[in-house]
Amino acid sequence: MNDILPFLKELLSAPGLSGFEEPAAEIISTKWKPLVHEISMSRLGSLHGLLGGTGPVPRPSVMVATHMDAIGLMVTGITDGFLRMTRIGGFDPRILPGALVTVHATGAGKPQPIPGVVVQPHPRLLPPEMGDKPVPLEYLFIDTGLPPRKVANLILVGDVVSFAQPPIELTGETVAGHSLDNRASIAALTVCLEEMQSRPHAWDVLAVATIQEESGTFGPVGAVGAGGSAFQLRPTMVIAIDVTFAKGPGASDWQTLPLGKGPTLCIGPNIHPALYKAVKEVADRLEIPYSLEYAPRFTGTDGEATQVVAEGIPTLVLGIPLRYMHSPVEMVAIKDIQRAGRLIAEFIASLEPNFREKINWDD
Amino acid sequence: MPPFVTAQLKLLENLCNASAVSGDEGEVRRIVLEKLKGCAGDIKVDALGNVLAVHPGSGGNRLRVMVSAHMDEVGLMLVADDGDGLFRFDTVGGIDIRQLPGKAVLIGKEHIPGVIGSRPSHFTTVEDRKQKIPLDSLRIDIGPGGGRVNLGDRATFSTRFQRNGPAIIAKALDDRIGVATLIELVRNAPNNIDLLAAFTVQEENGLRGAKVAAYAFNPDLAIVVDATPAHDLPTWDGEENISYNTKLGFGPAIYIADGGTISDPRLVRHLRTTAQIGNIPVQIRQPGGGGTDAGAIHKARAGVPSVAVSIPHRYSHTAASIARLDDWKNTLSLLHAALSRLNPDLLKSDRA
Repeated sequence: MNDILPFLKELLSAPGLSGFEEPAAEIISTKWKPLVHEISMSRLGSLHGLLGGTGPVPRPSVMVATHMDAIGLMVTGITDGFLRMTRIGGFDPRILPGALVTVHATGAGKPQPIPGVVVQPHPRLLPPEMGDKPVPLEYLFIDTGLPPRKVANLILVGDVVSFAQPPIELTGETVAGHSLDNRASIAALTVCLEEMQSRPHAWDVLAVATIQEESGTFGPVGAVGAGGSAFQLRPTMVIAIDVTFAKGPGASDWQTLPLGKGPTLCIGPNIHPALYKAVKEVADRLEIPYSLEYAPRFTGTDGEATQVVAEGIPTLVLGIPLRYMHSPVEMVAIKDIQRAGRLIAEFIASLEPNFREKINWDD
Repeated sequence: MPPFVTAQLKLLENLCNASAVSGDEGEVRRIVLEKLKGCAGDIKVDALGNVLAVHPGSGGNRLRVMVSAHMDEVGLMLVADDGDGLFRFDTVGGIDIRQLPGKAVLIGKEHIPGVIGSRPSHFTTVEDRKQKIPLDSLRIDIGPGGGRVNLGDRATFSTRFQRNGPAIIAKALDDRIGVATLIELVRNAPNNIDLLAAFTVQEENGLRGAKVAAYAFNPDLAIVVDATPAHDLPTWDGEENISYNTKLGFGPAIYIADGGTISDPRLVRHLRTTAQIGNIPVQIRQPGGGGTDAGAIHKARAGVPSVAVSIPHRYSHTAASIARLDDWKNTLSLLHAALSRLNPDLLKSDRA
C-alpha cells in the first residue's frame, strides 16, 4: 500500500489552484481511469469517477468527496518587472517572504511555468513605521529575476501563482509539501478505490475530486464544487474527506488532533449521527485507529455543501490530521492516509443495499 | 579568461547547494580543495579551516596579492531537543526571523530534511498576524520519531539552485558566487603576481577566518570577492529609489567605503581603469554600512591596502537570492584583467 507515495508526490508537484484545477485533475484522472468504470468531468471541472456496485437496481450510491484545489496566489499588478499579488484561499501572509513559487504565465498563450520568489523589500523601501513588523501582503513582491521587458511580455495580471516547494519525505513515514490540503485526501480516496477492486460492494461508488473548496463560500451554502457534483450525481449519501489540524509546534492545544494516530471521525450538525455510528463500528471491528473530532457548527469541508444539496443528503466527514495547514510545508503521516482509505473501503463494502432505509432519527 | 561554460555554472550550482554554515564549512571546503587540485602550488587548510592556496607567478618583482572569498553562509543550529523529532534552533549570522516560517531545511552533513512550520492561520487573529512569529515559538520538525540528527547540527534552507533565463535563483549566493569566482581565478591565474587565494571561514560570524588568513599570507595588497545586496526594487510610495545599494545587471560593484573598511583609493582607481580599458560594466556600491572580509584583512599586521568587489544579488541571507549571470561573468573578467595589470608601481603611486 506504500505505493500511494509516488502518486501523492506527483500530485503535490502539480499546481491546481482553486478555479484552475486542471493540472491536478489530469494526474488524478490518469490514476483513477483503471480503477473505475466511468470517468467524466462536471460542468465546473470536478472529476467524477464511477465504480459500479453489485446491488439491485435502483442501486444506492455513495459519493466520496475530496477537493483537489489548492491555495496559492494571483498576480494583481506589475511594476518594473516585479509582481504584486493577492491570495487564492485563506492563509497567513507571514509564511510568504522567501517562499519559492511558480508563476503560470499566460502572456504567450498556454500557461508557461516561470520560477519566482516572494520577496520582502528591504526596510529602506518600505514605510518607516513598519519597522521589523511583518510586512503586509500588499507590500510584498514576486521576483522572477527576469528583466522588466521580458516580464511584461510573459506575465499578465490574473495569472495564477502556485507554491513551488517540492514534496519532502520526512522521518516517521511522514511527507511535507504544499497542497497536502487536500491532495492527502485524494490519495486516501485512491487507496480506497484500489482496495475496492477486490472487494464486492453492493453500492455504487462515486469518487469525486472537487473544485474550489478553498475559495468556496462556507456556512449555510458550502463549497461550490462539491455542491454542484452532489446535485448532479444525487448520491444516496456522501463521505467528505478533508485534512484537519494535527498537534504540532504552534498548535499543541485542545483544538488539535494527534498526527499518525489514524483519521478523525467528525461529530456535529454537519454529520449524520447514524453514519458516524456506522463508520465507527467498522473502525472498531477492524481495529483501525482513529480520533474523534468535535465540530460544534461547521466542518469547513465539502461536507458542508453536500449536506444541504437538493432535499438534503446524509453526510459523513472524515479528517486526516495535518500540521502547518495552509503553508508550503504542510505535513501528514502516510499511515493516516492509508488508514482513511482502508476505513472508507471497508465501510462501503459493509453497506447493505437497504442501508439508507435503516438509518433514521430514532432518538 | 577562457569563455564561460557549463562547467562553471555546474560548479556554482554544487557550491550553492552545499551546506556550510559558519564554523561548519567542510562541505564547501571539500569542493574547493577538489577543484584546486593541480592548479595551485601550495594548498593548506589552516587552524580555523580556511583554505589557503598559493599560485606563484614567474619573473622578478612580483606583488603578493591576496584574493579572498568566504565559504560560509548564514544558517541555523539545533540547540534543544523537544522530543519526537522537534528541535529548537537559533540563527547563525544575520537572518531576519520573518524569513523562517513555512521553509524547508536540510540538517547536518547528511542533509536530513526538516520543515519550519507555524500555527495554522485558522487559529490566529488579525492582531496576531501583525506581530512577528517569535523564534522561540518555531521548531525544526524532522518528523515523528526523529533520531537522525543531533543537537549542534547546522541547518540551511533547502532551496536548490535554478536558472531562470539570465537569472540565477539559489541560496547562499553570498558568497558561493565569490568562491566560484576565486576558484576560476586560481585556475587561470596570471603570472605577473603571486596569487594568494584565501577561501575563508566565519565571515558571517565576524570575519574571523579572514583575520588569521591575512596574517598568515602577509600580502602586499588584498582584493575581497563577495556578494552584496541589490535593493533595486520599487519603493512603497513610488518615489525614486535612491538607496538601492547596487543594481542587478549593472556589473560588479566596487567598494569605496562600507561599514568596516575604507578601500585603498589606488586599488579602486586600478579597478575603474581596468574596467574602462576592458569595456567592462562596473558600478560603485553605494557607500554606507555593511561589510566584507576586507574589514579584517586591511587591519592585519601593519595594515594591508584592500578593496572589495561584489557580485550584486537580491535577498541576501534568505531562502532564495537572485543574481544575474552577466554580472558574474563581468566580475570574473574585471578581476582577471585587474590582477593581470598589477605591478608594484601601483602601491608607490599617490593615494589621492
